[in-house]
Amino acid sequence: MKANAGNAAGIQKKKMQGYVGFSNYPNQVHRRSVKRGFNFTLMVVGESGIGKSTLINTLFDTKIFPDREEMPPSAEPIKGVDVTSMSADIQENGVKLRLTVVDTPGFGDSINNEDAWQPILENIESRFDAYLAQENRVNRSKISDNRIDAVIYFIKPTGHCLRAIDIEFMKRLHTKVNLIPIVAKADTLTARELELFKAKIMADINYHGIQIFKPVSDEFDDPETVSDNREILSKIPFAVIGSEKLVERPDGTMVRGRRYPWGIIEVENEEHNDFIKLRQMLLRSHMEELKDSTDMVLYENYRTQKLLSMGHVQDNNVFREFNPLVQLEEERRAHEAKMQKMEAEMTAVFQQKVQEKESKLKLSEEELYARHKEMKTVLEKQRAELDDKKKRAEASVRPITPMEQHPTKGKKKNIFSGF
Amino acid sequence: MSAPANDSQDYVGFDTITQQMERKFLKRGFNFNVILVGESGMGKSTLVNSIFSSHLVDSQGRRTAQEVIRKTTEISPVTQTLEENGVRVRLTIIDTPGFGDQCNNEGCWVPVIKYIKDQHAAYLERELKPQRDRVINDTRVHACLYFLNPGSRGLRPLDVEVLKRLTEVTNVIPVIAKSDSMTVEERTAFKRRIKEELVFHRIAVYPYPSEEDCDEDRALNSSIRDLVPFAVVGSEEIIDVNGTPVRGRRHGWGVINIFDETHSDFVHLRNFMLRTHLSDLIEVTSQRHYEQFRTSQLRQIKELRAQQAAAAASGGIMGSMPQQVPPQVPAVHQPMA
Repeated sequence: MKANAGNAAGIQKKKMQGYVGFSNYPNQVHRRSVKRGFNFTLMVVGESGIGKSTLINTLFDTKIFPDREEMPPSAEPIKGVDVTSMSADIQENGVKLRLTVVDTPGFGDSINNEDAWQPILENIESRFDAYLAQENRVNRSKISDNRIDAVIYFIKPTGHCLRAIDIEFMKRLHTKVNLIPIVAKADTLTARELELFKAKIMADINYHGIQIFKPVSDEFDDPETVSDNREILSKIPFAVIGSEKLVERPDGTMVRGRRYPWGIIEVENEEHNDFIKLRQMLLRSHMEELKDSTDMVLYENYRTQKLLSMGHVQDNNVFREFNPLVQLEEERRAHEAKMQKMEAEMTAVFQQKVQEKESKLKLSEEELYARHKEMKTVLEKQRAELDDKKKRAEASVRPITPMEQHPTKGKKKNIFSGF
Repeated sequence: MSAPANDSQDYVGFDTITQQMERKFLKRGFNFNVILVGESGMGKSTLVNSIFSSHLVDSQGRRTAQEVIRKTTEISPVTQTLEENGVRVRLTIIDTPGFGDQCNNEGCWVPVIKYIKDQHAAYLERELKPQRDRVINDTRVHACLYFLNPGSRGLRPLDVEVLKRLTEVTNVIPVIAKSDSMTVEERTAFKRRIKEELVFHRIAVYPYPSEEDCDEDRALNSSIRDLVPFAVVGSEEIIDVNGTPVRGRRHGWGVINIFDETHSDFVHLRNFMLRTHLSDLIEVTSQRHYEQFRTSQLRQIKELRAQQAAAAASGGIMGSMPQQVPPQVPAVHQPMA
């Protein structure tokens, strides 16, 4: 209570006299996580032959993907897109990592690639669903997390702006995963061409509003981290090559690289390509951020969307203080409002019905009036006819005796008796 | 053929026909039409500009984010007259921007096939005129450079579909334009794979085997066929390598000289297309592809006339006329879908 009497946030800053020891907490966390081990799930997307398997094998210095097997020309190409995953348990300095790489063979290889992104999106969402289901279980002690932490998208080194399939894919997936586009087969482009190409890619990405994963520094980072992040940012999108083979340089050293008749390109030479930067960002500095972003941002967004669409209503009352009087008052008000609404509705309906009946009656009234008028004119006509006849009869007949008048009267009656 | 001395009385002199033809050729010049088929960014424009050593075509790729992605394949021919040692050539390069660039590429080849057939049709029409021009301006496509994707396992489904149709109407020369992304081993494996697949799908690329060839030609042709698809590198830049100007590309790890045979097949492709097989390309277009087209068109007309005659004979006006060929010569041919 006394602490609350402090400043607006209710937190007081206190200085300690000696060493207490809670600063050792991060180390405890570290030890526990190391014991538990980590997992990391990566997805690679790009057309066949662009270098996905080679890059993964190069990144982790392990043959995660086996060599492509030679298939006869008569073999049917993959229809659509397959989503396959490979897992490997690797260890470095006592830290265990369960690495899962999800491959997408067939992407972009068919003649019609309009829906190539769909199986991939479905896979990503199904992983989210699986995690959501696990979270909602009664016993949550063992949750296995196989959500995709990052998607590496391989861009063909054309030198022009992005292709239709690139834009389509990235637009569909950028809000569901951490997207890391890279320029594949970077040895095709000269330094100048690469510079222009990267600028075009970023222009396209910004133009279409595509969100890609970028390392950002905040005020807690030390200057070294800040400058590292800035360097990484300047190279995005990374232009990389991969190689599992060792080649011999003119000076005798063996390096991982590719040998051409005109020279050797080295994988780990920063002047030749951005492999080092990619590895740094992916594994050495931002792996935790990728996992965090997947868990806190992407997954949460997905979860919110999913639950809302399933009909859950956001019950905002839980955020306010629990006060039964206020609640009661609100309920009453809500009820009243509802009643008013119903009343208004009913009156409206009633009005409408009354109007309808009125107009109907009016219509029949008019009809009757018209008929009445019609009959009256007929009557008048007949009366006029009769008068006519009477006059003629009177004119042709001699002075009438009281007896003779009667027949005409009787005649009249006969005509009118028809009424 | 050993000729006796020119002054000898037995010398007839008909061997000067080659010089006579040459003179006529020099006067008239000739047409050469090449169509480039491949996705955006494969290196089509650069390669053509390298082959003819001049900036003939501009790349039609998307340069800014604001440019809209083309929805169909466009056909854009560019004609220029080049001259070399008194010989003039009216060179037409036909670019196909938009080919294979969309998400759904079904039918992206239709405008290309239609264009090629239209040129055959136009030539046929002019040939069939009662009063023909002395020299018909030949717009028929003599060669098609088809650009394959380096790094793919072999032919992609799109490649198979398009090549099957292209090889029926024109001479197709498959090339890998940006082959500097493949090492020598990868290149060899890729070529072998492509050749296997071409055989499997029964796709006949140029040069075609012919019985007329003498041994020399046969040897040359088989060495060319070995190289197919040509793995080339194009460049419009001249860079300085230790003082000598070299047409190539400069990387941080080496310099590519496109004329170096160990670096790329560029020299072979150029020699093949221009120095040894240029007239053959034109001739084969005329004798094989054009004749095929002509035969099928005339056959169609004949059938149509027969139908009409039969209809007239059986009395009365029959209902529907087949919409195919108009009374005039084939402005219509159906592009195969």
